[in-house]
Amino acid sequence: MFAVRSAFRAGARAAVPFRTFATSSSRAANTLLFLEHKNGAINPASLSALTAAQKLGGEIHGLVTGRASEAKKVAEEAAKVGGLTKVLVSSSDAFAYPLSEPIAPLIQSLVSKNSYSHVVAGHTAVGRDVMPRASVLLDSSQISDIISVEGEDTFVRPIYAGNALATVKTSDKVVVFTVRGTAFDAAKAEGGSASVEEVEAGEAPQPTKFVEEQVSESSRPDLATAARVVSGGRALKSAEGFEKYIEPLADKLKAAVGASRAAVDAGYADNALQVGQTGKIVAPELYMAIGISGAIQHLAGMKDSKTIVAINKDPEAPIFQVADLGLVADLYEAVPELTEKL
Amino acid sequence: MRASLVNQLRVLVPVKRTIDYAVKIRVASDGKGVDTNVQHSMNPFDEIAVEEAVRLRERNKEAVKRITVVSAGPTKSQDVLRTALAMGADDAIHVDVPNAIEPLAVSKILRAIVEKESGEDEIGMVILGKQAIDDDASQTGQMLAGLLNWPQATFASKVELEGKGDKGDKVKVTREVDGGLAIVETQVPLVVTTDLRLNEPRYASLPNIMKAKKKKMTKYSIADLGLEKDVEPRLETLKVSEPPQRQGGAKVENVDELIAKLKEAGRI
Repeated sequence: MFAVRSAFRAGARAAVPFRTFATSSSRAANTLLFLEHKNGAINPASLSALTAAQKLGGEIHGLVTGRASEAKKVAEEAAKVGGLTKVLVSSSDAFAYPLSEPIAPLIQSLVSKNSYSHVVAGHTAVGRDVMPRASVLLDSSQISDIISVEGEDTFVRPIYAGNALATVKTSDKVVVFTVRGTAFDAAKAEGGSASVEEVEAGEAPQPTKFVEEQVSESSRPDLATAARVVSGGRALKSAEGFEKYIEPLADKLKAAVGASRAAVDAGYADNALQVGQTGKIVAPELYMAIGISGAIQHLAGMKDSKTIVAINKDPEAPIFQVADLGLVADLYEAVPELTEKL
Repeated sequence: MRASLVNQLRVLVPVKRTIDYAVKIRVASDGKGVDTNVQHSMNPFDEIAVEEAVRLRERNKEAVKRITVVSAGPTKSQDVLRTALAMGADDAIHVDVPNAIEPLAVSKILRAIVEKESGEDEIGMVILGKQAIDDDASQTGQMLAGLLNWPQATFASKVELEGKGDKGDKVKVTREVDGGLAIVETQVPLVVTTDLRLNEPRYASLPNIMKAKKKKMTKYSIADLGLEKDVEPRLETLKVSEPPQRQGGAKVENVDELIAKLKEAGRI
């Protein structure tokens, strides 16, 4: 039964294995990939975006921005990533935090200098913030959150909270798109030998000042990339409910903790844990939805998971329509029993 | 300097009429779009944007002079403009666009509005939803900020205006980013996009709905704004299809069976 369900994901991943596309233009793709990083590590979503960019064929240059010390270190890491031919590194204090106002004009100037045909980034909070600003400076109509590359100018993306898939073809000279990380495997962080080239930051406008970041601390795996996710909904009734029922099960499974919007809004779980159209999009091997009814907006964020398990006492809950394994039971009894027996 | 005047800031709030969030959409039989013959309402993120503009004035009466809502779309878009007026906006602009347009085109229309409305009643802040729930693009606010060369504060969960809304006045915004929150400080004029947790939009009361009918609605065509070329689509939708359906519904009787099935599938 699982084979059928994973067919879509496998298809989305492997649909276009590095073929060259017949296009009207003779120009080969020449792609600029914005590499997001934090604490010295390249964001996995950028590595998935690289895999998507490889399907275009042609050369791919990575762009690393940041403060001098960190940018250099990340650029060295990036040079080792398989698939990049060159790493451009631009360092300036203006890039200490990834803000759109200085980064978008930098991307614009690199495109005009190096004639990139494509500009790509992960569809993360940073990618969503920076790329449309770069896109408008290039007078290009961005294609957001693609899940498949069908050609140099043709992409598939979900619309209406993932309830429909649109295949769109662009006529723009410079194609700007962002990539859904869970739809592509991350490129290998090793095996590459790209050259590193410094580029001037230019004037780097800085109308916005970064003040501080409030990071949700967690020792668990990162929600967006975890192999297993245990999510709780409104039925947990309190933050203590999350602590008592969801977290021990997640720890047992070495899983990340997720939450429905209802649980987040009620204050049971942190905002950063929200899974859905307006939160994180996840596609783990195993997704356990506990006390989650399964609203359209939640399903948008997890329905590409390989195996979905639902525990809910309402047999009519819509979550059971997508769950591979459903257990109609009171979570207050079933979850501790499950945690115990694992 | 306009410092001697009170009520400085004019806020522009773009709103979009979308298929209601609760509707289960269906792909149209021609495979080129979705069936739009269903309940529509204001994009939920835009409701939050309208609410924030109204609250900004309630919190800081000195600062906000006027709240103008704008929508680009077919005539029916006037419905969502009326809703926004009933929530507390002062006047509305309807840009008549018969067909669906891309965020790039919308951002150019909004820039034209900001420029057209410059002068005495200059727009100093544009508050938009972070994304429309139909195309899920999440681009328009960022594109508008890029066109105007204004700072942008996206995915805001808190907006604090420090000052009276004069040019250069500080605005502190808490943004929802991956892994937590980022607090940034920027300045008027600026573009803000709203995240879900910014506020809880109010319901329009019946008296306010009645009052909204009397509020001013200005209508422009694309030609009025000189943007005929700018709204031409860059993207062609080749097809719209149903996502692969999951065949859920398999139930297990108890926890033991659940564990056994998960083991069998190699998931644990």
